[in-house]
Amino acid sequence: MISNSYFLNVVRFILLVLVQVLVFNRLNFFGFINPMVYILFLYWYPIKENRAAFIGLAFLLGISIDFFSDSMALHAASTLTIAYMRPAIMRFVFGVNFEFQSFKLSNTTRIQQITFLTLLIIVHHLVFFTLEIFSLANFLLILKKVLATGAVTLILCLLFGSLFSVKKE
Amino acid sequence: MQQIIKFIIRYKNFLLYIFLMIVSIGFTIQSHSYHQSRFFNSSNWLTGNILETSNSVSTYFGLDTENQKLMDENRRLRDMLFNGGETDSIVLDSTQRMYTITTGRVIKNSFAEPRNYITIDKGEKDSIKGDMGVITSKGILGIVENTSNHFATVQSILNEQSNINAKIKNTNHFGSLVWNMKRYDVVQLIDIPRLVKLTVGDTIVTGGMSSIFPEGIPVGTIRKFDLNSSNSFYNIDVALFNDMTNIKNVYIVNNAFREEIKELENKSQSNDQ
Repeated sequence: MISNSYFLNVVRFILLVLVQVLVFNRLNFFGFINPMVYILFLYWYPIKENRAAFIGLAFLLGISIDFFSDSMALHAASTLTIAYMRPAIMRFVFGVNFEFQSFKLSNTTRIQQITFLTLLIIVHHLVFFTLEIFSLANFLLILKKVLATGAVTLILCLLFGSLFSVKKE
Repeated sequence: MQQIIKFIIRYKNFLLYIFLMIVSIGFTIQSHSYHQSRFFNSSNWLTGNILETSNSVSTYFGLDTENQKLMDENRRLRDMLFNGGETDSIVLDSTQRMYTITTGRVIKNSFAEPRNYITIDKGEKDSIKGDMGVITSKGILGIVENTSNHFATVQSILNEQSNINAKIKNTNHFGSLVWNMKRYDVVQLIDIPRLVKLTVGDTIVTGGMSSIFPEGIPVGTIRKFDLNSSNSFYNIDVALFNDMTNIKNVYIVNNAFREEIKELENKSQSNDQ
């Protein structure tokens, strides 16, 4: 069972990196929207795993995408941030519930899942575009990119989420 | 001591986060102030090969338009060959030529970010080095930045750090070509003095002041222009000839005398000090 979950995560990792760099980085919807679906990895990742390993893995995920897209370490920094903040976000969304042993993501309501995903995406995109543009003078540009890209990412993540829904975790 | 160890164990996740964050922000800032990172670029072996494989599949979808572009260019070159009458003066000794051209293909292109890079399938094995110019049949594209054995990354003109010498065709008024990160089909020409007469639609070409591009490579046409804040120079919006979203075949231009020019310039500069 444990090895099965490891295997699943490795496959997910590789597939999400490939899908991101080969498909979604080239989408250029309306000229600038490149949704970042690899955030789903952090959404799906088991909750009760070792937290340090999770943070390290998120960094690795970000940096592999950076390798392909010539974006310095932007993906790494932003993925790292949401990996670190995930427990806090979960506590905010699911209340104290999520600390119980029996907690499962699939047992929560649809609204809660969407809120959780939305918060992950917003934090990620904020860090990403702030670092990318790197000046507060362009705050409106940052905001525009966060909202537009975030909306498309959310829609795609929800679609992917329902396509490959996780039954047992 | 025990206290410190306890502290480290207690906050190990936070410390790990801070450490990795500093690493990634370090890489990011370093390339903001300096150049694209030496390590994180898509010209390395693994990423280069994956991108090339994916590209070899997607190439087929654009074959028609690419063929058309190459045909157009061949036609234009034949025109020049038959009508120019300058064929006699072409120097055939390759050691005497100033510019040598290598062809390449784009395997990764981006145009939606503030710093865009293009990856091409030619590298050091094909004698591609940093700071060579990259053009297409329609106009300029960028400058080679990093190279590996088989691949190279090109800093696109759609890059906030890009700065290329350009001038108005048939005059000698030159300025710098920069990008304001807004539209992928428009770049800006700055530092053209106010006394120059401009018309919308004028052609902009590369100037001879840089040792990277030959003089007169087309860039685009003037879309609109206005005076800058000090009222002494124009800010010109240039609509590019190249469709930056649809690029396949490129030419890499090597200036054989670049080293010599650079050396001379450095010498003169150090004399000043």
